[in-house]
Amino acid sequence: MSNQITTLTDATFDEVVGSSEKPILVDFWAEWCGPCKMIAPILEELAVEQSDKFTIGKLDVDVNVATATKFSVMSIPTLLLFKDGEVIARLVGAKPKGALLQEITANL
Amino acid sequence: MTQHTRVLIVGSGPAGLTAAIYSARAQLSPIVIEGEPSSTTDQPGGQLMLTTDIENFPGFPDAITGPELMANMRAQAVRFGADLRVTKVQKLDASRRPFCAWVTGDGEAPSITADAVILATGARSTMLNVPGEERLLSHGLSTCATCDGFFFRGHDIAVVGGGDSALEEATFLTRFAKSVTVVHRRDSLRASKIMQERAFNNEKIHFAWNTQVTEVLGVDKVSGLAVKDTVTGVGRILDVTGVFISIGHIPNTTLVTDQVDLEENGYVRTGLGSYTSIEGLFAAGDVQDHVYRQAVTSAGSGCIAAIDAERWLEAQGY
Repeated sequence: MSNQITTLTDATFDEVVGSSEKPILVDFWAEWCGPCKMIAPILEELAVEQSDKFTIGKLDVDVNVATATKFSVMSIPTLLLFKDGEVIARLVGAKPKGALLQEITANL
Repeated sequence: MTQHTRVLIVGSGPAGLTAAIYSARAQLSPIVIEGEPSSTTDQPGGQLMLTTDIENFPGFPDAITGPELMANMRAQAVRFGADLRVTKVQKLDASRRPFCAWVTGDGEAPSITADAVILATGARSTMLNVPGEERLLSHGLSTCATCDGFFFRGHDIAVVGGGDSALEEATFLTRFAKSVTVVHRRDSLRASKIMQERAFNNEKIHFAWNTQVTEVLGVDKVSGLAVKDTVTGVGRILDVTGVFISIGHIPNTTLVTDQVDLEENGYVRTGLGSYTSIEGLFAAGDVQDHVYRQAVTSAGSGCIAAIDAERWLEAQGY
């Protein structure tokens, strides 16, 4: 199931996000972040269930500092929703699945 | 569809999970409502999910991380057959028998009915309630050092608070920050001696005593902290680009407010053991303890609640 989520890096970020046909939700996360781990399975489910509406990518801030800095990520998990390469929504902090989906959908 | 259980445990910190282990081993098949994902302490596993090393939980001579300890307790509860659910109790009716509980997303009929309830909802961090705080939360102001410390590599930052968790955070944050100023409104710390000694010996940690925060400064990210000397009343600005809040806790009593007797400070009143003012409702852990608030005392009180509930159920002929 996890292969539904694209792993992004500083090197691939612009190309993948910029060329994404559907809106793409990027999960800024790190291994040492508990709340990030808590929402990881939720995002895997959403990647499958919502694949017709948006795609999901993840970026490990630990090794991709440049992209995290570029988008002023100072707290994780941060979820940025991109449409046509532009940020259209910013969700900070872990939340239950229903609340996450509601916030994402409201911004699509 | 409503499901009945003999023991419903609300909360999954050390108190809730210890109660689950004991109730499960007593063949009471408890249902545990763990809570929902969150970046605050109000999450499955509770406050320890946001801490780093736990050095004072007996049995772990080399320390164990908070999340690991909670994962172990959870696995132990599951092993004995506790039914753990990642959802949240939104409403609890303690006036009916059996007790009725509604979890997130469920309709009018109660999700769960229970002969006995163990309330182990814990406590959550309080915020400063000063201007700028809400606006700058997650833009340089954080309540989770383990989540966000990484982003402050090379920064001068402040930790607000004077207890064990404040000093633990300050010490942890020196891994990243250039300097950490502990802002405390008194002239001495509540923290344990060992944590104090560790902080005093850390050359990156400085102290601003008798200092109260009046405003978090910054437009789109933190650029400073306005503070006031509590003795002289003189104001000044601390030149920091990160602020971590660790000033204290309030009990999570929303489910039982107006139903059960509370102490004047808002904690659930327990008499003998874990008994509350409501028959069949037992309370354990930080929701009823404003004095000790340790992982081990919380676990101990969870055990007490499970035994109290078991004996009470037996005496009632359930």
